Parts: sequence; C-alpha cells; structure tokens
Amino acid sequence: MTDSPAVASDDMAGESPKNRRVVNLVLHILLIAVSIVMLYPLLWMLASSFRTNGEILNNLSVIPESLSPRNYIAGWNALRYSFGTFAWNSLVIAVLTVVGNVMSCSITAFAFARLNFRGRNFWFAIMLGTLMMPQHAVLIPQYVMFLKMGWVDTYLPLVVPKFLAVDAFFIFLMVQFFRQIPRELDEAAVMDGCGPWRIYFKIILPLSVPVLATAAIFSFIWSWSDFFGPLVFLNDVKSYTVQLGLRSFVDATSVSDWVGLFAMSNLALLPVFFIFLFFQRMLIEGIATTGMKR
Amino acid sequence: MAESAISNGLEQSRRWSNEISGYSLLLIWLVGFFVFTLGPTLASVYLSFTDYDLARPPLWVGAENYVRILTDDPKFRDAMHVTLIYVLFSVPLKLLMALAVAMALNKGLAGLPLYRAIFYLPSLLGGSVAIAILWRQFFSTDGLVTYLMRFVGYDGPGWITTPDHALDTLIVLSVWQFGSPMIVFLAGLRQIPRDMYEAASIDGASKIRQFFKITLPLLTPVIFFNVVIQTIDALKAFTPAFIVSHGTGGPVDSTLFYTLYLYQEAFSFLRMGNASALAVILLVIIAVFTAIAFASSKLWVHYDD
Repeated sequence: MTDSPAVASDDMAGESPKNRRVVNLVLHILLIAVSIVMLYPLLWMLASSFRTNGEILNNLSVIPESLSPRNYIAGWNALRYSFGTFAWNSLVIAVLTVVGNVMSCSITAFAFARLNFRGRNFWFAIMLGTLMMPQHAVLIPQYVMFLKMGWVDTYLPLVVPKFLAVDAFFIFLMVQFFRQIPRELDEAAVMDGCGPWRIYFKIILPLSVPVLATAAIFSFIWSWSDFFGPLVFLNDVKSYTVQLGLRSFVDATSVSDWVGLFAMSNLALLPVFFIFLFFQRMLIEGIATTGMKR
Repeated sequence: MAESAISNGLEQSRRWSNEISGYSLLLIWLVGFFVFTLGPTLASVYLSFTDYDLARPPLWVGAENYVRILTDDPKFRDAMHVTLIYVLFSVPLKLLMALAVAMALNKGLAGLPLYRAIFYLPSLLGGSVAIAILWRQFFSTDGLVTYLMRFVGYDGPGWITTPDHALDTLIVLSVWQFGSPMIVFLAGLRQIPRDMYEAASIDGASKIRQFFKITLPLLTPVIFFNVVIQTIDALKAFTPAFIVSHGTGGPVDSTLFYTLYLYQEAFSFLRMGNASALAVILLVIIAVFTAIAFASSKLWVHYDD
C-alpha cells in the first residue's frame, strides 16, 4: 500500500491548481472536523478519569486540571479481587489464544492452500461456510459440554477451541497469503525428499511472518476485548477477565461514580491502544486485504 | 502391460500419500469442526425441540418452542423489531460515512496515514465494555451529550432512559466505528485505474456522472463485502446493549437485541430449549440473508473477468 499522495489521487485530473487548493482546503477542514468527533470521546474519558464526579458535570474540556491517580487507585481495588487479577486472567487467555490460533490456523491454511488431496475443495467450502456462523448457534451445547466436563470457570472453554482452528477468519487470511508464495519452492523441497510437515515448517512459516503477525495481533485484540465468551463461561469473580471486571464494577458502584469507571475503562483500553500505536499499519493492511481478495 | 500396472500402482500409492499427508495436516481443523462446530450445531437443533433446564434431562416437546416463539412471544417480536431497526439504520449510515470519508481520503491529500489511523481507532475500541460505559454517561440525563443537546433546544431526559431514543444511542455508537469498512473502501478505490477518470473527463463527463458510471460500479465487490459483513455483525451485536441497559434490554425492551434476548433465555431463566430454538432461528436468518446476498450479487456486483 502506497501512501504517496501523487499515486493515490483519483479524480483530480483536469482541474486547475488553484481549484485544487481550494478543494483540498475544504476537505482538510471536513476531515479535521471528523477527526475531532472521532477522538473527542476518548480524550474526554481520559481527562475525566482524573476529575471528581462533580467536576465532570457539563465539563467539555479534554485537558485534565490535575493528574491525581486517586480514581485509578480506588478503582483498582474496588472489587473483591483486584483489577490486577482480572488483567492477569485476560492476559493468559489472550496469549494462549494467540498461540493456538497462529499454530492451528496456519497448519490448516497450509493444507488448504498448498496440498492436493481428495475432498479438499469440499472441506474448504465448509470452512468458508463457518465464517458466517454466529457463535450463538453452538453456544448452548458447548456450555452444557463444558459444564459437564468441569471446564466452566477455567480458561479452557475460551482457549482449547483456538488450538483446533475454530477461527475460520484467520484460516481464510492465511490461505490468501500462502497462495502467493511461489509453488516452485514446495516442488524443489519435494524433490529433496521433504514431506509436507517439513515444507510447512521450513518454507511456508518463515516466509509468512507478516500474515502470522497480523493474525496474532487480531487474535490478541479480539480475545482481550471479548465480552460474550467470558460472560458465558466464567462465573466466579476470581476467574474474571478485564471486561467482566468492568461489567461488575458497573453493577457494584453507585450509579454516579463515573470517574472510577472511566479510570478502569482506560486501563482496559490501554493494551489495545498500544498495539494500535505500534502495529497500526499491519492491522490496516490485514483489513484491506481480506476485504479485497474475495 | 506389466509396466503400466507398475506405474498404476505407483500412481495409486502417490495419490494415497497425498491423501494421508493432506488429512494429517487437516486433522486439527477437522477435530475442531466436528467437536466445536458441527456437533454443537446439531445438538442445538435437537435441544430446540426440548424443554431443558440443565438440572433434568431434556424433555422432547416437538415444535412447541418454535410455535410459541413465532406466534405468541411478545419479547421475540420486540427483539426482532429492535434488531431489524438497528440493522436497517446502523449499516447504511455506517457504510455511507465510510464511503464518503474514503473518497475524501482518496483525493491524494497530505496526512492520509494520520487521518486513516484516527478514523480507524474507534473501530478497534468501540465494541468494548469500556466504550459502552462511556456511551452510558454521554446519553444519561446529566451526561455530556445530553448537556450539549440543550444548546440545540433539546430539554429532556437522557436518551439512554428514553424508550424512543435508547436504540439511537447504539446506532450512533455503531456509526462512530465506520473506520474498518472505510479501510476496505479505500483499498477498493485504489484498485480503480486512474486513467479511467482521465478518459472520462476528457470526454466531458461530470464528476457526478463519473461517480455513478465508474466509481460505484467498480466498487460493487467491496460494497457487497462490507454490506454482508456489517449486516451479520449488526445481527449479532450484544455488548453495547448489554452494558448500556444493565443486561435488561430496557427501557421497555427498546434495546433488547436478539442476542441479548437469547442470552437472557439461556442464562437468566435457564430455558435452554427455548434459547436453542432462538439460536437456530438466528442461524437460519443469517444463512437466508447470506444466500440472498450471494444470489443477488450476480445482478449488481461487477466482477472483472
């Protein structure tokens, strides 16, 4: 993806330079206005987390008057278990999800993209079909199954399926990428007597770091932000993730303790925000390519 | 004769080794598919014909759950109503916003990466509990947006507590997350060759004509993708409504998203049979929508071949 303005421009052809400057200025003003609308809520929540509940009323400013951490300290220990417990649970689940998704989905994608075997197209079509499936269709039997196995209130219901390639989106993403790796590399490896597992480990994986990283980042963000899965499978406060902790914080605090909620909300958003800062380009390209290559 | 038999045998064993290695790599997915997708889906269909409360074994009741849901269930009607309104407003508004901004960004302005990043950030954060909490404050009676609306003459309670407007706050939240379809539009716009526009303007075609004759037709694959993905996402929306309404879907069922109703039936009332029927109906709705979308795509989606 190029970001050079000269390449990107589409229908500026045939316009005078002066006209173009006016159009550009108007566009910049509009885009800056939209940018403010997009960022303002986040900045306001950040500033408000340093204020008192009285101070946030009708206060439009996004510049905090002080940087007192009192809401953060109060919020951290507001529930029976500290926010640190929830963050640890979220982190463990997210990291295991990343490992599971990257391993299982890349092996599956390799089989679909590079191997010839009877029934491949049939299973590939089925896999694409599962892309559209709502998780609600499997929710209740899964819940009953995990309940009977004693897995409810553990990480297992949220993590084990990831090691069995249930996230079709990532398989799809990786298949697109693997197909672009030159076939000659596999053929040469077969000549040298390499089996499929060796080709997967020695050729495909090393050449696929970008797509594996994209899948890892999305896995982490989606797992960290997931609310529905933990809500169903984790009932014991000790096993809560950050999202569940926030939700009980909403229910436990008095209706108007917004600033405490904001402080913890900001902490919950922080990991995703940092990932966004560092891997923004990868995320954007991941979305752009899956949207394009149908 | 003998030679061809040998080569046939070799061919045969090579084919089998293809199958063995193929399925040895596909095994992980196959196990996951049968254990966590196909099996539970079939079990959902079975449970939907039963009464089941987890404590006692499922009791077969035939189509009773479906009959009740479809003919005599005001909550189901509320949930369908709320979800359809949400889909019908949030998806077009979000996609129009995404397309408009993508077209502005595609003009070759300076600062594109920065704008793109700013617009994308809410998509990444917006579905979370944290942002739903913020939205609750914004639209509560002493919230920030309610305060701002006083300047344009609105003088009433916060929209979160108003049955007529509670859903609007969630539609606004959805439109605020236009960044991800915007990126898909932007990628699509960049695939359109620039000389098509040059040729058109030499022929004297106006900007509006160029949009309808070049941009829109060539963008249809991307529009199709965005419509399908965003509609399915909207049908499955859960978290904002759950947080904003404290899990009730209130006030007066005005934010009772379909998935929220399903969740309540399953985990608040332990009516697992009924909830399974709701899950099957949702699956059918999404399958029918997807089938119609793909069938209709032959009529309006432009694929270059």
